[in-house]
Amino acid sequence: MSNLKYALFTGCTARESTPELMSSTLAVAKKLGIELVLLDEATCCGASHLQDFDEFLSIVMNARNICYAEKHGLDMVTICNTCQLNTAEAKEKLDNDPELKARVNEKLAEVGLEYKGTSAVRHFQYALIEDYGLDAIAKKVETPLSNYNVAPFYGCHNIRPSHLHKDANMGENPYNPTSLDRLIEALEGKSIQYEDKNSCCGFHVELQAPKTANRLSGSALLGAKDADADMMVTPCPLCQIRMDVQQHNISKEVGRETHLPVLHLPQLIGLALGIDQKQLGLKHHVTEFKAK
Amino acid sequence: MKTQTITFNVFRFNAETDYLPYYKNYELEVGQDDLVLDILNRIKWEQDGTFSYRRSCRHGICGSCAIKVNDKPVLSCKVNVLELVEQFGTELTIDPQDKSRAIKDMVIDKKNFWEKYDAVKPYLIADVEEHPDKENIVSKDEAEQLLEADYCIQCGSCVYACSALGVNEDYLGPAAFAKAYRFNADVRDEAKIERLEIVDELGSGVWDCVKCNECAEACPKEVNPIEKITKLHNQLFAENVAAKNVASKHAVGFKHSMEKHGLLDEGELVRYSEGNLGVMKHIPEAITMFRKGKIVLPWNMPKSKNLDEVKKLIKSSSTVEEYKGSK
Ligand code: SF4
Ligand code: SF4
Ligand code: FES
Repeated sequence: MSNLKYALFTGCTARESTPELMSSTLAVAKKLGIELVLLDEATCCGASHLQDFDEFLSIVMNARNICYAEKHGLDMVTICNTCQLNTAEAKEKLDNDPELKARVNEKLAEVGLEYKGTSAVRHFQYALIEDYGLDAIAKKVETPLSNYNVAPFYGCHNIRPSHLHKDANMGENPYNPTSLDRLIEALEGKSIQYEDKNSCCGFHVELQAPKTANRLSGSALLGAKDADADMMVTPCPLCQIRMDVQQHNISKEVGRETHLPVLHLPQLIGLALGIDQKQLGLKHHVTEFKAK
Repeated sequence: MKTQTITFNVFRFNAETDYLPYYKNYELEVGQDDLVLDILNRIKWEQDGTFSYRRSCRHGICGSCAIKVNDKPVLSCKVNVLELVEQFGTELTIDPQDKSRAIKDMVIDKKNFWEKYDAVKPYLIADVEEHPDKENIVSKDEAEQLLEADYCIQCGSCVYACSALGVNEDYLGPAAFAKAYRFNADVRDEAKIERLEIVDELGSGVWDCVKCNECAEACPKEVNPIEKITKLHNQLFAENVAAKNVASKHAVGFKHSMEKHGLLDEGELVRYSEGNLGVMKHIPEAITMFRKGKIVLPWNMPKSKNLDEVKKLIKSSSTVEEYKGSK
């Protein structure tokens, strides 16, 4: 595996409420010999909310983030599904609408930047699977996850809308995604089948509609539990933080104890690669994960 | 002609006689041109005359034949069976759009769909002169502002795939919002504000969309309802209809944070959205998160590099005025 190198757009969550996502991502990349150049200039992607207030501003800010990946001459990887969606959406609009691109570039020129469209944008999950390869990952496994039943939770914004993501996510079927399942199996864990693996956790309405959010998360957590999962794993820190931190509220809403640890994807990979638990930041979880 | 043997697990239920629904298996030879509707027809014509489903136009235009195959919303008359086999394998599960609303097999009670649809006044509202002396012409550019929202065939695929609606029956849902946008974007219409007030309601309106994109994925006509939901949000701010509440402040709060830090100040976003009083209910979580090292204290708040550039860019690229709130 020679010299994989990407520009990492961390998003905000990895630098704030889920520091474990940052440390586990960097640790996994290091262990696999993947070089990640941090885009410290990047701003928030707007998290699918800024566009509700000011759509043009949201596109400009996402274009600016991509500019920094382009400056390094690298493809961008994201570690949050919502960052992925927002960045990819902005990119699609810019690459298909010359008039919009010109308007955005006029603004960017004021700060000495230009959006060219030369960097691809992918979630790290798919860069790992597509570029590094499942077989190569499997070869690096030091502590197989054979003791674990793992429930994959894909997160909406990596798989829908599929026409936007198809080049970035290897054409994943949004109604029957399999890449995470295959990754879990490559780590020698057992991937659990349950109905809500491609459902929504409700994160985006957590403040204004907690009932909606809790019912959605609850359905997923209970579905995974009933299918005998020991833990859930997700590539999205928003899904993770919702379902890790809010389990007391979720349990109350659905009338059943949901207790289930929820890991970030790089944490799960890190466990299998034999990376020290401290680097994986497992102590940051509210719903504790205990290694078997 | 080459055919393939496919197993169809078909949802069967008669609300008048059955206590519970059940699945019945049909093994059929499927050819490369067979559509889902052909399969439904063959089950009815060759196996069980009582099997019920809706269809009318067979041309993807009446919207009556929408069902789900392996949970994927499909217009039966438009979707090729072997394409589904490619996506899901040789066992296909055929369900009505919403099992809990089944009347007979694939036929569901779509009353909730129409009620939600009606709630947004899905028609042109304008004082029309009875005897106009000239035509009321809509230009090409003006028509394009509808963003093809008028392509909707009311099939309900989006509504019965909607995550928010699945757990919140008050939510008006993607088809109604796409329609509200369709008339709000129509230059002849005069009821924009009225409709915006309807979609601004917390609990039923656009703020309750969880942004799952199921509707965009489901729509056979590429209406892209969530795009229209975003446009309605934009109209709510542009027309100053958005009530000042936790949801609208949450959207605006992102801009405030980015102006200050580039990155999002997660804690401040919650405080700003909820207000100083409302934020109290989050204190138990905040304490837990703090203990787990999940809260960054204000003096450690990370900032984007080149913050001056970010500030300058936000200032020059903003297209919406600072939000004061209508109520
Ligand atoms: S994006 Fe919103 S409207 Fe569309 S399906 Fe999801 S919750 Fe429903
Ligand atoms: S928006 Fe699309 S999916 Fe929804 S009812 Fe209309 S045509 Fe059907
Ligand atoms: S029968 Fe009319 S849309 Fe399918």
